[in-house]
Amino acid sequence: MSTTEAAEATDQHDAHDHPTPRQYVNIAVVLAVLTALEVSTYFFDFGVIAIPLLVVLMIVKFIYVAGWFMHLKFDSPIFSRMMYGGLTLALVLYALTITVILLDQAPTL
Amino acid sequence: MSSTEVEHKGYSGRPRAQSGFTAWLTTTDHKKIGIMYFFTVLVFFFLGGAESGLIRAQLAQAEQSLLTEEIYNQVFTMHGITMVFLVVMPLSAAFFNYLIPLMIGARDVAFPRLNAFSYWVYLFGGIFLYTSFFLGGAPNGSWVGYAPLSLDSVSNMAYYAVGLQILGVSSLAAAVNFIVTILNMRAPGMTFMRMPVFIWMALVTNFLLLFALPIIAVALFMLHADAVLGAQFFNPATGGDPILWQHLFWLFGHPEVYIMILPAMGIVSEILPVGSRKPLFGYAAVVFAGAAIGFIGFGVWAHHMFTSAIGPVARSAFALSTMFIAVPTGIKIFNWVFTMWGGKLRFTTPMLFSIGFISMFTIGGLSGVTHAIVPHNAQQHDTYYVVAHFHYVLFGGALFGLIAGIYFWFPKVTGKMMSEKLGKMHFWTWLLGFNLTFGPMHMSGLLGQPRRTAVLPGELGSTVELYNLLSSLGFVVLFFSALVFLYNLITSIKSGEASGDDPWDARTLEWLTPSPTPFHNFDVIPTVTHRDEFWHRKYAEDESGRAIPVPAGASEDHDEAGAHDEHIHMPDPSYWPLVQTLGFFPLGYGLVYLNWWLIGIGITWLVVGMYGWIIEPVAEGDDDDPVDDQHDATAPTAAAH
Amino acid sequence: MSAEAHATTLGMDHRKLAMWTFLGSEFLFFGAFVSAYLLYLDTTAGGPGVEIFDIPFTSVSSFVLLMSSLTMVLAHSAHSRGDLRRMRLWVLATAGQGMVFLGGQVFEFTVFYREGLELGGSPFASSFFVLTGFHGIHVFVGILLLLSLYTLSLTGKIKPNQDLKTEMIGLYWHFVDIIWVIIFTVVYLIPEIAVLD
Repeated sequence: MSTTEAAEATDQHDAHDHPTPRQYVNIAVVLAVLTALEVSTYFFDFGVIAIPLLVVLMIVKFIYVAGWFMHLKFDSPIFSRMMYGGLTLALVLYALTITVILLDQAPTL
Repeated sequence: MSSTEVEHKGYSGRPRAQSGFTAWLTTTDHKKIGIMYFFTVLVFFFLGGAESGLIRAQLAQAEQSLLTEEIYNQVFTMHGITMVFLVVMPLSAAFFNYLIPLMIGARDVAFPRLNAFSYWVYLFGGIFLYTSFFLGGAPNGSWVGYAPLSLDSVSNMAYYAVGLQILGVSSLAAAVNFIVTILNMRAPGMTFMRMPVFIWMALVTNFLLLFALPIIAVALFMLHADAVLGAQFFNPATGGDPILWQHLFWLFGHPEVYIMILPAMGIVSEILPVGSRKPLFGYAAVVFAGAAIGFIGFGVWAHHMFTSAIGPVARSAFALSTMFIAVPTGIKIFNWVFTMWGGKLRFTTPMLFSIGFISMFTIGGLSGVTHAIVPHNAQQHDTYYVVAHFHYVLFGGALFGLIAGIYFWFPKVTGKMMSEKLGKMHFWTWLLGFNLTFGPMHMSGLLGQPRRTAVLPGELGSTVELYNLLSSLGFVVLFFSALVFLYNLITSIKSGEASGDDPWDARTLEWLTPSPTPFHNFDVIPTVTHRDEFWHRKYAEDESGRAIPVPAGASEDHDEAGAHDEHIHMPDPSYWPLVQTLGFFPLGYGLVYLNWWLIGIGITWLVVGMYGWIIEPVAEGDDDDPVDDQHDATAPTAAAH
Repeated sequence: MSAEAHATTLGMDHRKLAMWTFLGSEFLFFGAFVSAYLLYLDTTAGGPGVEIFDIPFTSVSSFVLLMSSLTMVLAHSAHSRGDLRRMRLWVLATAGQGMVFLGGQVFEFTVFYREGLELGGSPFASSFFVLTGFHGIHVFVGILLLLSLYTLSLTGKIKPNQDLKTEMIGLYWHFVDIIWVIIFTVVYLIPEIAVLD
């Protein structure tokens, strides 16, 4: 119908700005290298930087998949808001919850 | 209004009925679905009311034993679950369904079949919960379902875990549907700051649902795994933490409170300006206060747990955030009062219920602030003072607002008026009965009467006994008041006097179309240039700011010419939402009794139903592959089929 | 009617907006499970703890799932060019990788179970199985969606100009992958390294 047709038209238009398959493969290679780096923390001793490094790698992988494979980089910002809004709310709420629970390992009133 | 032919192609393979029983079973029309929500709520409301009658009968005197403890526990638990999940939430959903498309100038919601799906899941979820009475007993661990009691099979909480999960599916689907509808289907010119306040509150409510329901879903899955599959999430014997359940439950439970009250606030914000013949005072403040309530509402959950093990730091922090949330709530109350200030007040029934809402909700809000003070809270926790508080916000607040909405939009739905005389009788008896029932609970609670106790202890003394007797008398008043309402509703549907299209001299778009609303809602989708668009089409302002009527005819929509050759495509009816949803029965019972055959049948049913849904033929072709789009040039905001 | 009435208010398809809305809420879902798991890391009730994990094995299945996102996006890319034949190929490849991942999970669960990690054994075991189990269910649903996409494109129900359908299933699939990116690090690697230290 006309509505979706209009939306479709923009989609079609976007399709031209979309990355090429070659770019997708490049992103996948980057992701593979990052994963190899992640796994290497298990085999080699990275000392104190191991955990911060893993967190950073996780975030980078997350952003790459979301930005390229899920097209967030190229799409309407409202989609990013939905996704990162939900993610932020979850992080804040559950960090608070875990903090409250850990703060009180010795129950007193 | 110009009459426009509604083309309904009735593609073979899809039901076509527009009236009669089949039409209701297969409907994808948001108005019909809203009406079905309403009548289903009515049934559950009387069931929940009957349960509260049993509670009040038992507590009318000290040391009574009309009900056994087992029955009493089932009754108060089911009363809570019914009123929260089967009455207040779906009654709000009824209003969302009927009003959202009309108020934003659309012809349906974004996903009409998903909308029907939500309704059927709600209905079957409610029936599923109620069958537990006949299958070994209803849940009896209270609607908060605290572990470790809820893990024990004696509490029958498996039905609670599965039943609420099913209802959650319904609400989540509806939330996605309404969010997309509001964001994406507004009439041309309806910017965010021109949306009616009810639409704003609906948007906030549905975002709250969207983000709160997954949390309770997790909690219920964990509870189900513990109670049925032998997992150890909340079992202290192996190191599990029952407090985790409380956290997860209230992470959902507190937003849930606002999920129940915000729609009523939206309704009242629509009725007060109409009843006062003034625009809403401080529109932007009301909108932002509503959004702020929704946002802060996620950050106050632990105030339900001040007497649980959460530590002094958390207690102080949550006491502060709880007091803080009173600020946006107070802003709204002042805005409503100033809306009435200096207005030409007409004390019609919806207006009376709205004013009742403001005053009763204020009392409930104030007693709520007393809970925020931690030492106070320790005294009140688990007493009838708390029961009094939340009934003042949920009954005195949410329900009063929703009833105001029923009286207000009844003429929109039926084209008839509800009797004002009976309506006023309903209001005054309702107000009296409500205060008689729940007012004394403040006192008996402060004197030490515990909640969730099957027998009123005699040692609390004769004063507490008197308060309880008054509460039970209040229930009798409420019962007769409810009968007045029911009588008024039925007789008005049958033979109420004709209302005309715009009986209240209203302000928002839904009154632009004839009452009762035609199947296709609008002949021509209006172009919005103002907040309170309909009012501005009827009235202009003179120099001193007084409203003067626009000459007749000028208020008609301006695009008459183009309307006649318009073919409006409305979504086809469908059997599949109903058929698919039936699969929740085998799945639900299978999960409760851990029968893998039933679970398998249920899942297969749901998957097959999904396929039927997907491959069902669509009259106008698929959404992104239209068969016939020349006529569509004027069809706005098409809906996915 | 004015021209802007033809488009949706935000100029995007309802279904895509709905999918993103739903995905946003899914973070709250998995977040609660991950939180419970982190709280119960040490609550093993004398049973096996995180040392039971076989990191090399899980690394391989994680890698397979990650690469399935590539084939998924290639399927969408082919569909948006109207190339249904290639789209079907990539969709099957994606579903196949999903099945490899699921098979790996079933194998992993079986091994853990034999080594004494049982659902009802401890809060740690419960939270591990239920969290990864629900992720597995999401993968399973994704495979069903992919196979339906494949079948319906063969029957002609999904046409070359309807690449939105592949895109939507792709969004869901990438989301499930992204959740596993988090789970692999937070549930497997970091606790394992913390224990090794």
